[in-house]
Amino acid sequence: MRICRAIAIVIAALAVAGARPAAAADSIDPDADFKAFRDYFTKRFPSVPLNDFVNGPYSMDAELRKQWEAIDDFPPYDFAVDRGKQMFATAFKNGKTYGDCFANNGIGIRQNYPYFDGKTGEVITLELALNRCREANGEEPYSYVKDEMASLTAYMAFTSRGKPFDIKIPNDPRALAAYQKGAEYFYSRRGQLNFSCASCHVQSAGEHIRTEVLAPALGILAAMPIYRSEWGGMGTISRRFVTCNSQVRGVPLQPQDELYRDVEYYLTYMGNGLPVSGPGTRP
Amino acid sequence: MRMRIFLAATCWLFCAGAAQAASTEADFKTALAAAETAEQEAGALKNQWIPTEQALAAAKKAASAGDFDAAVAKAKQAEALAKASIAQAKEQQTAWRAGVIR
Repeated sequence: MRICRAIAIVIAALAVAGARPAAAADSIDPDADFKAFRDYFTKRFPSVPLNDFVNGPYSMDAELRKQWEAIDDFPPYDFAVDRGKQMFATAFKNGKTYGDCFANNGIGIRQNYPYFDGKTGEVITLELALNRCREANGEEPYSYVKDEMASLTAYMAFTSRGKPFDIKIPNDPRALAAYQKGAEYFYSRRGQLNFSCASCHVQSAGEHIRTEVLAPALGILAAMPIYRSEWGGMGTISRRFVTCNSQVRGVPLQPQDELYRDVEYYLTYMGNGLPVSGPGTRP
Repeated sequence: MRMRIFLAATCWLFCAGAAQAASTEADFKTALAAAETAEQEAGALKNQWIPTEQALAAAKKAASAGDFDAAVAKAKQAEALAKASIAQAKEQQTAWRAGVIR
């Protein structure tokens, strides 16, 4: 009997030991990822205060920061904030407003986006929520990349400035799968140049690519939407993802494609606790 | 003897010429179909490349202009690029994990 029990214990132990590597490779642990992500950047850039990572390239380069501070006396995104505020207050044809679609009438809520919607089983970004709000009220959706959408999100970000990001990954297999797909997209090489998002914003963060300084991935979405000199105007998170894909000679996905929303979910979660700094300005 | 050399040279020139015969519209359609099939597969993997799309567009433009040699060459280039993007996507299905911050 004792021998049988001993054999059973040994077999069980071997089975557990054998299963462990596969389980470790496939396990999804957002908390552990978050800690490792934060440790990587804070150890690599020890002189950068944690909350300053939201300022992207300006946290990495003193000269660039001086230029930015000078520009910020008259921020180029101000027009977008004013326009967004006006749009936000203007009623739809049915008399309702954007505020009717959001918690707290849409004021000071940017830090909670994107979130996982347990009812539909998908990631809802602020851009998507705004267009769904429009459609639910009989209005045509806006382009996701600039103009009206950038103005609306600029205003909403402005009302949330300084609030810490608070993205939640519920213990729901669908939410964990979306998070994992976002991570996979972020780290996967693509395009003819064979670059991943991480190639620039993890491995090469703080380094120059021609005249530009590559922003660290930590807090990289906190300043969105942004006025970008290269664009000569405002752009949303969708525009940033589309541009990144194009720059490595990959065909971009459609704005607000499920994968783009998953990447936003993953990356914003990695910046949890950092303050909303949008709208922002970038070279 | 001279006659034999002449015949052999003529035969060689004929064969060489035949080997480099101008591409036809049918050749282009075959090459384009292969390229588009590969590009569709890359699309299903959400990993198309811009140069592939550009090569496909250039192939169609050359064919419209009646330059089937250039059209076939561009279509074959597009197919090669599409296959490279497919290989990249398949490799990254597991390789992405190597870059994850631990």
